[in-house]
Amino acid sequence: MNTIVETITPTQLENLSRIFSGRILLRREIPLNEPTFQQFLDNQYLIPQKSIIKKLLAHQCMRCGNEKKSLFAKIPCSICNKTHLYCRKCIQMGRVMECEPLYTWGGEPPNWSTYKQPCTWDGTLTQGQLQASNHMVQAIRSGEKEYLIWAVCGAGKTEMIFPAITETLQQGKRICIATPRADVVRELYPRLQKAFEEVPVQALYGGSETKDATAQLIIATTHQLLRFQHAFDVVIVDEIDAFPFHADPSLPYSANRAKKQDSTMIYLTATPRKDHQKRIAKKTLPHTFVPVRFHGHPLPVPKTKICFSLKKDLDEYRLPKAFYNWLPKRENSKRQLLIFVPTIKLAEKMKDSLASILKKEKVISSEAMLTSVHAEDVDREEKVIQFRQKKITVMITTTILERGVTFPSVDVAIVDAGHSVFDEAALVQIAGRAGRSADDPIGEVIFFHDGKTEAMERAIASIKKMNKRGGFET
Amino acid sequence: MNCAWCDTEIILSLSWANLIMLEKEEILCSECKLGLEWINGNRCDRCSRNTTEKRCADCMWWEEKEKNESLQFNYSIFTYNPFMKEVIAKWKYRGDYYLGYIFENYLMEAFKENFSFLKKNGFVVPIPLSEERLLERGFNQAKMIADFLKIETKEILTRLHGEKQSKKSRMERIISKNPFFITESINKPVLLVDDIYTTGTTLRHAARLLKKHGCPNVYALTLVRG
Repeated sequence: MNTIVETITPTQLENLSRIFSGRILLRREIPLNEPTFQQFLDNQYLIPQKSIIKKLLAHQCMRCGNEKKSLFAKIPCSICNKTHLYCRKCIQMGRVMECEPLYTWGGEPPNWSTYKQPCTWDGTLTQGQLQASNHMVQAIRSGEKEYLIWAVCGAGKTEMIFPAITETLQQGKRICIATPRADVVRELYPRLQKAFEEVPVQALYGGSETKDATAQLIIATTHQLLRFQHAFDVVIVDEIDAFPFHADPSLPYSANRAKKQDSTMIYLTATPRKDHQKRIAKKTLPHTFVPVRFHGHPLPVPKTKICFSLKKDLDEYRLPKAFYNWLPKRENSKRQLLIFVPTIKLAEKMKDSLASILKKEKVISSEAMLTSVHAEDVDREEKVIQFRQKKITVMITTTILERGVTFPSVDVAIVDAGHSVFDEAALVQIAGRAGRSADDPIGEVIFFHDGKTEAMERAIASIKKMNKRGGFET
Repeated sequence: MNCAWCDTEIILSLSWANLIMLEKEEILCSECKLGLEWINGNRCDRCSRNTTEKRCADCMWWEEKEKNESLQFNYSIFTYNPFMKEVIAKWKYRGDYYLGYIFENYLMEAFKENFSFLKKNGFVVPIPLSEERLLERGFNQAKMIADFLKIETKEILTRLHGEKQSKKSRMERIISKNPFFITESINKPVLLVDDIYTTGTTLRHAARLLKKHGCPNVYALTLVRG
């Protein structure tokens, strides 16, 4: 698009509408040269709007919704030669400045394709999965505004959403699957491509190859929704309770804006937060509960082991004695082992003392089979892959691996389970890492602690309750 | 007041000292402040790098290469540790102008301690950005640094547009052509300011040009020794 478009053909216009409609972009995110861009403004194909508005008591960034005073600052701008505001909140996505508008599409909306049988996945859903997916399809058909799927860890959420995607595409509508974490986008993208072979799918996350969003089926991080406005007929928000979605107000703000006026928003979660639980209880949020894992076995119920000298052990970067007592008594010593610790420092420093003992106990044969990961670890993706390939037997991790990752056969130890980073949702999620495959549907989950916390008790009670609702004896 | 980096609220402890002295308030919380790493101990008397030598090998090389070393000396305050890399990237490349204020007090102090002698008859000259880069970023981080210092700023250098220094290899930087132009001659000593001293090439390019146009001595103050 480097020449001025003299007259725009209907096909070109359709392509342009696919590029720009549903988006809210900065000038530098619009791949048009200046004359073409000006012409688009004149033709009102692109509509400028204020990027930062003044409200009664605050300013608001029109891209991320930020109204927090400390997240605005003034810049003596060399572009307009005035000193004005910019938004510090969403600056990682490119700076929003008061002197530069945001642009939205002013032309006709695109005509999305109508697919007859888009789904090429040939698996079958379990009864629990089927029920949830039928309800999702119903919600889309009847134009329900919101719908929540509460499915236990390991229920097989991804497969459950395939019929909802199919329904949307059959109606010739547009759908986005949004998840708080880029890791999950990368993992789901090939699975979606395979399940919908003839449908163009695009994956958007910070650093993704594709920046354009021209596909009818999009999988994106929730952050990427900051660049959308009234784009989707169906938005499925995965892990609605996960960080940072629940902690960062701009993410729900942009998810809400990304959907069209008449649209269906579907939330997926294994551990709904209080606000959603309340709405479920009040019956203001329709939902389906999927209490059974896809393999039909109950969730592993965590056991607790008290460690009286835990603080001292941790100060010296040692695992507690109770851990070493448990280690040789594991039910199935062939399982890999995930050890959750509360801090990055512990994850890094515990490795050495653990390595020698694991070798002595013959859990690992060399130090290379033990590793640690945390959020600041640059090799984190690689390590997770190696663990999945069983090149690594034991992994010490922070809460970074609490969700979204599936390893077929692991035991899980949570060291200092009473630490405040392990809230109820985190503990339930972590416990949900065990027993994920049909070949080894049970796994051990041990909370090592020096005093039971409410979060631990509630997590255990909630797991038991979910099992009970799934028809299992507890 | 919220921390400029992590945005958690900073609870100010009120003491007689800060009441009477009216100290400039910190904009970094105590935890984030731990991320800053001052250069301390022995440093190269030319470039501020941490070394046990009086002058580091790189600076010896520069002296050999340039018969007259163009730069009297550079003073840097911080090391380029991972935290600093993140802060600089967000400040300069993402364009979070406000983050520059984190360094205001430290720069003022460093100036007072090392360059007070320039106050009477010297100028500070910020390393410029090219016109294109300036329009892209909206501000020049070196100009922001210069404005913190209690000495007159003269923007007498301009810069040709080229590839970013940070995208070049070490050798590419050192052999690169002088990208600067001078708009006015100065016959007084100059303090160049920039955010980072990496190979010292940029500062020496600017220094050489200033000296060629009559400047007697050129010094440099940089936030970080990369």
